[in-house]
Amino acid sequence: MANLRDIRRRIKSVKNTAQITRAMQLVAAAKMKKAQDQALAGREYADQLNQVLVNLKENVDEESHSLLERRDGEKTLTLVISTDKGLCGGLNANLLKLVRSEQNEHTTYATVGKKARIQLEKTGDEIKADFVVADPVAFSEARPIAKFLTEQFLDGSYDKIKVCFTNFVSTLTQTPHCSQLLPIEADKLAEKRDYEGVGKDVIKETDHASAMSNDYEFEPSPEVVLDTLLPQYLNFQIYQMILEARASEHSARMVSMKAATDNANNMIDDLTLDYNKLRQAAITAELLEITTAMKAME
Amino acid sequence: MLQLEIVTPEKKIFSDTVSDVYLPGAGGEMGVLELHAALVTALHPGELRYEKDGEVHALAIGSGFAEVTQEKVSVLTDSAYGEDDIDEAAEEAAMKRAEEQLEKVSAEDAEEAAYLQATIATNAARLQLKRKHR
Repeated sequence: MANLRDIRRRIKSVKNTAQITRAMQLVAAAKMKKAQDQALAGREYADQLNQVLVNLKENVDEESHSLLERRDGEKTLTLVISTDKGLCGGLNANLLKLVRSEQNEHTTYATVGKKARIQLEKTGDEIKADFVVADPVAFSEARPIAKFLTEQFLDGSYDKIKVCFTNFVSTLTQTPHCSQLLPIEADKLAEKRDYEGVGKDVIKETDHASAMSNDYEFEPSPEVVLDTLLPQYLNFQIYQMILEARASEHSARMVSMKAATDNANNMIDDLTLDYNKLRQAAITAELLEITTAMKAME
Repeated sequence: MLQLEIVTPEKKIFSDTVSDVYLPGAGGEMGVLELHAALVTALHPGELRYEKDGEVHALAIGSGFAEVTQEKVSVLTDSAYGEDDIDEAAEEAAMKRAEEQLEKVSAEDAEEAAYLQATIATNAARLQLKRKHR
């Protein structure tokens, strides 16, 4: 049986751990709120963008644009958006499981976040590019990523571009998700994006009837508008996905740190009980010794 | 009255009724009044002006789009700054950086060059707005 000093030491160390996990939990909670607000703030923009796209769709030949062109090849570039730091439960493990299940011999990766990169490097998968984004993420940071992916698609290196990230459903639930970025599927353009977890109800199915009642003119021409709008759309998609991933990361971290804090506190309670028992036993033993000694002297 | 909405990917900048709007369109400045024909236009970095209660306000916006309907103008742009939000020294520095980068960009990288030119134009538009009222 452990002696008193050992138990005291353990209690102290567990207390320290609890303090750290509690601090991390609070930090993650604050960051989660921020990430969620940021994702929600982008909603308006998404709404407007969708509306313009619906109108545009009717006016241009969709297949004519190079970003919409469907190819038969199998070569896929998958962008995996993971976290930079650990201690966020099974978040990255779940994401990677999905990534692996979608993998075939034509898959190459690009990564955002350290965790996915390290894992993919370990298995010897080819990583074409690695991006680092700040926290909180700025819109301008999505542009180089979108640009890189677009280039890879346009110069024919890859026939499909996919993005895998963790979708934020609620504070307690985050689900990994893979979706196709390029070629842009024209039918899906204006529809509600199914992965959008944060404030799911805000984006309504764009109201076709109301959009169609306006006979839009395009200035300077539908093609020019489409040419500038699609890259913008991609930038925004990447930005939104990173935001989703960030919101997931922080809520997963908050939940797992809360669990860790609770566990540590339980452990402290147990250890304190053991400690007191042991101390009581020691006192009893001592008393016993004194009484026995007294009895012997009589 | 005309409903004007200005949104960026990061937040909603403006939403109110105004009496007229002037947009920096791809084909030159464009004035929009109530009951304008439905229109979608690309926007270049420049100055957006609107009149509310007889007062004219101006914002420097980046590139983007505007959707015009009879009773509403929605502006989607990278950024939108009022006069007071612009830091002259910072803008000048940013512009200089972008210009330096532009010189280094290779001829093949047309997209990067276009992006840098747009950045410079945005900075220039902000500076112009800031210096106008002096």
